[in-house]
Amino acid sequence: MILIALLALLVATAWTVVRLRSLFATVMLTGIYSFLGASWMLLLDAPDVAFTEAAVGAGISTVIMLATLSLTTREEKVCRFRVLPLLVVVATGAALVYATLDMPVHGDPAAPAHLHVAPEYIADVVPTPDGEVLQVGIPNVVTAVLASYRGYDTLGETVVIFTAGVAVMLLLRRPRREDES
Amino acid sequence: MKFAIVMIAVLVTMVLALSRAIAGPTVFDRILALNMFGTKTVLLIAVVSFLVGRPDFLDLALVYALVNFIGVIAVLRYSQHGHFGDVPADPGDGEDGGPI
Repeated sequence: MILIALLALLVATAWTVVRLRSLFATVMLTGIYSFLGASWMLLLDAPDVAFTEAAVGAGISTVIMLATLSLTTREEKVCRFRVLPLLVVVATGAALVYATLDMPVHGDPAAPAHLHVAPEYIADVVPTPDGEVLQVGIPNVVTAVLASYRGYDTLGETVVIFTAGVAVMLLLRRPRREDES
Repeated sequence: MKFAIVMIAVLVTMVLALSRAIAGPTVFDRILALNMFGTKTVLLIAVVSFLVGRPDFLDLALVYALVNFIGVIAVLRYSQHGHFGDVPADPGDGEDGGPI
């Protein structure tokens, strides 16, 4: 019930974002959208994803979008080709829905993701009855996979995010005016 | 039962804040609605975590409160100065861009 209520609020927010022309109000509403999405993910028992969504979507994105607004404009221009964006969005959505048809049922224990290396990881993380931890010694499975089993992967992701952050900061820097120097 | 009633009340408040963010004629209505919506999200997480019996979600509620605070500070600063960097020595003169 609460999931359906949150989804209805998400749809209402998205519809308003599409309708509004003021970009400042759109940034406010996307912040609300991120909070709603994060709560929804939390209710689906994905607290780490919700964590990321709240920090990135509601925190960093709002600030970056506002900095972008201060460099560009605050009103959305009316597009003359209205059909083309709609077609692109509908085609992308249809492709995504088509891709989900092949996915295993939600929570299916026989799904390939649960059969490959996951049992080994879980057996390594859960301590033996004598209290001996087998390999990594991290009590949380997600943390063990992220920080130990896929440590190089996480390091690469961090490098990518750092590079993206540097690029965004360079782009959003206000140009120094010549007449003051 | 108690937690469920509180959860429904928080949801109704979220709907009210969202309607103000959608309708809100001025910018400040929307800023206030965003701030209030973040607060209600924190409350919703706290209530739901006790409802499903996992109080460790409370850490997430704390992070949401911090994120909400920083976001609102950034929005207010932008709405006062019109930009983020190179703040003039005397605040609020709105040299270019200007307040909204």
